[in-house]
Amino acid sequence: MENKIDQLATEVKYTAKDFSSDIDVKWCPGCGDYSILAQVQRTSPDFGEKRENIVWVSGIGCSSRFPYYMSTYGFHGIHGRAAAIATGVKLANKNLQVWVATGDGDMLSIGGNHFIHACRKNVDLKILLFNNRIYGLTKGQYSPTSEKGKVTKSSPYGTVDWPFNAIKLADGAGATFIARSLDRDPKHMQEMLTRAAKHKGLAFIEVYQNCPIFNDGAFFHLSEKDSKPENVLVLEHNKPLVFGANKDKGIKLDVITPVVIDLNDGKHSINDCWVHDEFDDNPTRGFILARLSDLPGFPTPIGVFRQYNKPTYDGDYVKQIEHIQSQKGVGTYEKLMFSTTTWEVST
Amino acid sequence: MAKQVQIVEDVTVRFAGDSGDGMQLTGSQFTDTTASLGTDVGTLPDFPAEIRAPAGSLAGVSGFQIHFSSNDIQTPGDSPDVLVAMNPAALRVNLKDLKPNATIIINTNSFDLKNLKLANYDVSPLEDGSLSGFNVVPVELTKLTVTALEGLSLSPKEKDKCKNFFALGLMYWLYNRTIEKTLQWIDSKFKTKPEILEANRRALKAGFYFGETTEIFTTRYDVKPAKLPKGVYRNVSGNEAVAIGFVAASLRAGIPLFLGSYPITPASEILQELSRYKDFGVVTFQAEDEIAGIASGIGAAFAGSLALTTTSGPGLSLKTEAIGLAVITELPIVIVDVQRGGPSTGLPTKTEQADLFQAMYGRHGEAPVVVMAARSPVDCFFASIEAAKIAIEFMTPVILLTDGYLAFGSEPMKIPDFDELPKINFEFRKDPEGFYPYLRNENFIRPWAIPGTPGLEHRIGGLEKKDVYGNISYDPDNHEIMVNKRKAKIEKVQMVVPDAEVEGEQSGELLILSWGSTYGAIKEGIRKVAAEGYKASLLHLRYIHPFPKNLGDILKRFKKILIPEMNKGQMATIIRSTFLIDVIQFNKVKGQPFKVAEIENKIYEVLGGENGK
Repeated sequence: MENKIDQLATEVKYTAKDFSSDIDVKWCPGCGDYSILAQVQRTSPDFGEKRENIVWVSGIGCSSRFPYYMSTYGFHGIHGRAAAIATGVKLANKNLQVWVATGDGDMLSIGGNHFIHACRKNVDLKILLFNNRIYGLTKGQYSPTSEKGKVTKSSPYGTVDWPFNAIKLADGAGATFIARSLDRDPKHMQEMLTRAAKHKGLAFIEVYQNCPIFNDGAFFHLSEKDSKPENVLVLEHNKPLVFGANKDKGIKLDVITPVVIDLNDGKHSINDCWVHDEFDDNPTRGFILARLSDLPGFPTPIGVFRQYNKPTYDGDYVKQIEHIQSQKGVGTYEKLMFSTTTWEVST
Repeated sequence: MAKQVQIVEDVTVRFAGDSGDGMQLTGSQFTDTTASLGTDVGTLPDFPAEIRAPAGSLAGVSGFQIHFSSNDIQTPGDSPDVLVAMNPAALRVNLKDLKPNATIIINTNSFDLKNLKLANYDVSPLEDGSLSGFNVVPVELTKLTVTALEGLSLSPKEKDKCKNFFALGLMYWLYNRTIEKTLQWIDSKFKTKPEILEANRRALKAGFYFGETTEIFTTRYDVKPAKLPKGVYRNVSGNEAVAIGFVAASLRAGIPLFLGSYPITPASEILQELSRYKDFGVVTFQAEDEIAGIASGIGAAFAGSLALTTTSGPGLSLKTEAIGLAVITELPIVIVDVQRGGPSTGLPTKTEQADLFQAMYGRHGEAPVVVMAARSPVDCFFASIEAAKIAIEFMTPVILLTDGYLAFGSEPMKIPDFDELPKINFEFRKDPEGFYPYLRNENFIRPWAIPGTPGLEHRIGGLEKKDVYGNISYDPDNHEIMVNKRKAKIEKVQMVVPDAEVEGEQSGELLILSWGSTYGAIKEGIRKVAAEGYKASLLHLRYIHPFPKNLGDILKRFKKILIPEMNKGQMATIIRSTFLIDVIQFNKVKGQPFKVAEIENKIYEVLGGENGK
């Protein structure tokens, strides 16, 4: 940035390069964050906003360095508070597209309160959670998404904590676009990012992200070529839930219990599979899907779990102001000072 | 029977009753009427922390004190001349505060065995002679009210609830006020409840006419209008004044006001009041916690709003880290701390000035901010505008200290013309040519470049920034440069801080240094001792960091410096360490403001008899 202030004509079609700042990216070699950054820069031209109207806000942690690497407006906040800062930005200027880059420690531990309330209010924010299930910047302590029993620097005998399932948390708290992706699946992540950008309301994307230093390989069973097909369930709207290298396994919903079925056993067919409805108004099925990643023997879903529309906090706030102004007129100093009991002292 | 009217200069009345008796309403009505007659007024409510303690209990007593005078007054008065006691508990709680020979108007209907017991009276104080030093006026307030409401189809309980209007009517008569303003208020307030409207009207009138016809009162009193400057006036409490002060600042600056806040006593009224001003485009974000309150404010400041967060001591502690963020990102935000008794939950409804150190030093790292304190309910209005002006013009957080005493106290304010308000001078950066986020002007102020502006895309945050360019920098020399520049900027604020002015002799034996809400009591105290021929000068500090540039010189001109404060000597410590002089402390931490008499006595003590004459 020191030497480069781009002055793009607004008509110009952006490219990924237009969203890259001149600051050297300083994540560890092999960090999954590089991929997230690349996918965001690649898809930003499709976000439907001019660069000056995009703001990236973050908290603290490896992931929270993200705004420095984008050439948009950026705000690197304090630990856990990104959602609250971003809410202020959005309320101050509804025309901005506000993104939050955060991590599992930042958003689900110290920032948990801000996260659930931003979801509850359905503030029009796009929250990108870099989940590596570890504290990276502080060098290797367990996080609120670390699996139970995990041995880390601060849990030499294994954790006794139960982890958060971020998808369940987001849906339960009221987010209106809830998705998951993988750092090593660029195409999928690009699709999720573009869709989140277009969503009106709180869009939440959990990205499983590898920390090569402190939690290397945490998601390799989901991201590597040989194991991925058996362990990942790609959610697609209106499509049956099918997975496996040969697309030979499906998920059937037995009332409210998910069951893995073998499509080649002669007893089941694709018609028995649960057909995914992203726009399901009822949260129950989304919740069952979210739980699959915690259940032994089930694949981990990626994709959009649920997307629905409800009025946004910022949208309704602006509407209320406009409504009151149309009723009462726009406030003036005279109205401010004299709309109460007054009296005159004349002598 | 025509009754004699006696002119008095100065009266303090306290209404006291159960928290469900409507004493705050009664008090505020009396205030509005009295103020509108041109009398100077100072008020202070006193209510329990519990919302509804058991009826009739000592814990449930709620009071409202009004000091009104034909002189210019600065406080709600030390000791009441008149107490209206609606029940035994109200009598017991307030008796100790009264002046000798004070008048006590007692609702005798509530002095039954049950209420007496609740107030820990074995024998009725009306009968045991314990009130012999007072002028006791027993009135069957409840009975008279209910009689006046005969024929209305209200329940006995609803009728009973009107007795505060009877008491108000009686006080209007006693102090030669008119009832019209309150009648109008009743008409508009109870528009949709015609029966209640009629009942309250009747009760008010009945109280007024009772004064006229009863033999109990032989004299009524009148307090003539004060010689206040010409103009149109309104009443404001401190919290209300902060709220409208920031709306006015937003109009002056031409940018919308954003409040991020979490409810906390005694600051919540600012949030409530501002939430009404949607027609001014005010955004009030009732955040999930104190931290989100300020964090959202910082976000809004980044995006170009006039940002405000309001809180009290415990909340200021929670906001501490975020204030540091506002310091390093150099964004304008005002933090209003309505101080209360601490530490921890402390005395939530009581007043104190013990957050001064926290405001000055309560951050990690070198994180100087501007600190100001308002001195009166009216000053809360002007101090708010000043705080907003400094925050915006210097791109810095400003902490504005008020306290519970100012927050709930009220006084008349001469409504200033819009043009009289200080101008707030700033421009958003628009030009990309030569723009760098930390390229400062001659006063070390960086540009305010807001999202949405083409060509100015930049990143800021809590990591140390490279001088001028604003990228992350861990360079040791750069850190020191930035620390120094942030400090130098705050010192530059001194340019706009008016010189301190001494009230009274410009040099001599004793200077009293006041800050915040102690001003009123100190000013009246000095006036009282002056009447006895004693001299003390007054210097009031509104700007605490940075101090006015002439403060050190003034302090040297006096032999003794006395600093009364509602803490254990925080300002005294700052003055000592800044100017290397000694001062005399006068500290009170009882959750109560200084009384004028306490200041008087302290002045006599310090001057040592005849010394100051």
